[in-house]
Amino acid sequence: MNKLLLLGDEAVAQAALDAGISGVYAYPGTPSTEITEYIQSSDKAQKENIHRAWSANEKTAMEAAMGMSFAGKRSMVCMKHVGVNVAADPFMNSAISGIVGGLVFVAADDPSMHSSQNEQDSRFYGRFAMIPVLEPSNQQEAYDMAYQAFELSEKLGFPVMLRITTRLAHSRSGVIRREERAQNELHFSDDPRQFVLLPVNARQRYKRLLAAQQDMQAISEASSFNTFLPGKDMSKGIIACGIAYNYLMENFQDGCPYPVLKIGQYPLPKEAVAQLLESCDQLVVLEEGYPLVEEMIGGLLNVGNKVTGRLSGILPRDGELNPDIVAAAFGLKTTKLYEKPEVVMPRPPALCQGCGHRDMYDALNAAIADYGERAKVFGDIGCYTLGYLPPFRALHACLDMGASITMAKGAADAGLEYAVAVIGDSTFTHSGMTSLLDAVYENTPITVIISDNEVAAMTGGQDSPGSGRLEAICAGLGVEPEHIRSLLPLKKNHDEMVRVIKEEINYPGVSVIIPRRACIHTLKRKKTASNEN
Amino acid sequence: MKIDIILAGVGGQGILSIAAVIGEAALNQGLFMKQSEVHGMSQRGGDVQSNLRISDQAIYSDLIPTGKADLVLALEPMEALRYLSFLSVDGWLVSNSVPYVNIPNYPEEEKLQESISGFQRKVILDVDSIAREAGSVRAANMVLLGAASPFLQLDYSGLEQAVRHIFGRKGETVVELNLKALSMGKAIAEQVLKP
Repeated sequence: MNKLLLLGDEAVAQAALDAGISGVYAYPGTPSTEITEYIQSSDKAQKENIHRAWSANEKTAMEAAMGMSFAGKRSMVCMKHVGVNVAADPFMNSAISGIVGGLVFVAADDPSMHSSQNEQDSRFYGRFAMIPVLEPSNQQEAYDMAYQAFELSEKLGFPVMLRITTRLAHSRSGVIRREERAQNELHFSDDPRQFVLLPVNARQRYKRLLAAQQDMQAISEASSFNTFLPGKDMSKGIIACGIAYNYLMENFQDGCPYPVLKIGQYPLPKEAVAQLLESCDQLVVLEEGYPLVEEMIGGLLNVGNKVTGRLSGILPRDGELNPDIVAAAFGLKTTKLYEKPEVVMPRPPALCQGCGHRDMYDALNAAIADYGERAKVFGDIGCYTLGYLPPFRALHACLDMGASITMAKGAADAGLEYAVAVIGDSTFTHSGMTSLLDAVYENTPITVIISDNEVAAMTGGQDSPGSGRLEAICAGLGVEPEHIRSLLPLKKNHDEMVRVIKEEINYPGVSVIIPRRACIHTLKRKKTASNEN
Repeated sequence: MKIDIILAGVGGQGILSIAAVIGEAALNQGLFMKQSEVHGMSQRGGDVQSNLRISDQAIYSDLIPTGKADLVLALEPMEALRYLSFLSVDGWLVSNSVPYVNIPNYPEEEKLQESISGFQRKVILDVDSIAREAGSVRAANMVLLGAASPFLQLDYSGLEQAVRHIFGRKGETVVELNLKALSMGKAIAEQVLKP
């Protein structure tokens, strides 16, 4: 079969299509977005009507995927690492109930925080839920692991996590496909108690999960994704997890002199780790993310410092790995001939020229200019987070999806006079609606600006499920209709916007202002697409 | 055969269309390749780069190590300089000469020129003007690719074939425009390389 040139994300998507999924469920988030987009644009998904619409958030995505699995069909759920926090409730409980149709949970981590607010390592979640985790080192493995993960999930009766990181997700390489498999038929569990997690059932299910740990361990020990490469120099033994393997081999093009245990499947293969530990003077653990494996093997005390890695300090504790960092850990020299000249300035991302968020921030800054420390603006996750940077310097907080509204509420509860939340349309329907309900319930004096560009813009312009119904949602949640104000954010409307914002922040209750203008990028793309068709 | 390229520019300039043509030409010659891209927040007018690696052997790292790049290919002069530390002993710098100024502290033109002129193995050209001459400023990326073509170790006809395929759905006029832009870029590099 011909090689396809695929991003890591696309390789995962192609594998899921070939493995016979009946649906993908996801909320867009860098670096996971392209998985679902690939399925959305696939002919097969359209022809077979494979579910592929975006979900409101990661929790609803995971629950819907569980519903599909309940009905016997294969489903995949995809999200960025911090999305796993949002989906954590159904995710943890999916390991208690188990599955019927194969369920693969894709967590795309973002070490170095290229586009995120932390660099948490999803392998911890896999371990927490006590389910198998697969971690590919390249695009072909991403395909192979995703494909096999569905079989593994059905064989064990539990979800399987596939953990990737930004570098693999957004790098392209040739991938060879496997045989296409038909979708499952609709069928249900033999056990009517399986999905009803009343304590009486849940205790039984949990025992089943605990008992299955032995099987998961045995499968890991024998897995072809965990391979041992012998080496002559026993002064070091290397454990290379996922993509870290590439950076190791980049430095040893003619073969690594030390024995290497390449890890692609968890739980860790205990026997292989023990053998390596015994036969070598020192263990070097290379892993992308937190020092999970290093800590597991070294333990709390790591007597004799035999286990080294990010925790011991031979590698940096934070940030993404690269060939240079790994070279330094082995004392190898890199050749740097030229320095970056001093004239080179940082070029941070910025809101696009002509973007409606700019007009919104100009108006907001003017409206609260006189209030000084008596006004604070709570931001949220999206393009408009860039309002923190000059020239706007408009934001005082940005924590997680939806937190703008609830943090504003808490600060107002504490006595802040002018508490303003700025949130995007997609983020509002992701996690802001319940926050708004809390404020309505207590009639907390906050002003919520839903800066509506009618898409999830930062991740590339995906549909926003609240489009066209934001006013109705706010009214439905109980915001007084006269305090739901829609605006057209344009330079020429600046004075009117300032006036409306001033009016509403001086209203001692909940008000919502909705400046609405389509994302200029999405408009441009739609125009180009319609010209080409 | 092995060539490591760093493509650099500002988010929105379209460095990935250059990578797509090189990538397709490489795959058609049966070579291995890896190409890492920047998606997400940086695409909003920030500095973006792509690591493109081509080889007749399997490639491990998606990222090019410091001092190992054969070519830095940039759509913007300050962005070209940002990745200088990745260039190898024999590495070449091929860059657009026209600054893209979207930050308040962008360096003075003189200082930028000084920094660039200190570097020997380079092809610096005004890709926009040349593209306009070829027929449209939209072909600027292909001018830059043309200027890089003598350093790529790929058949020039393979690059042409990839251009035909990638721009094919936009019609013959667009294909011809891009092929012309490609050859004009190539001519300038060959002029520089003349002993």
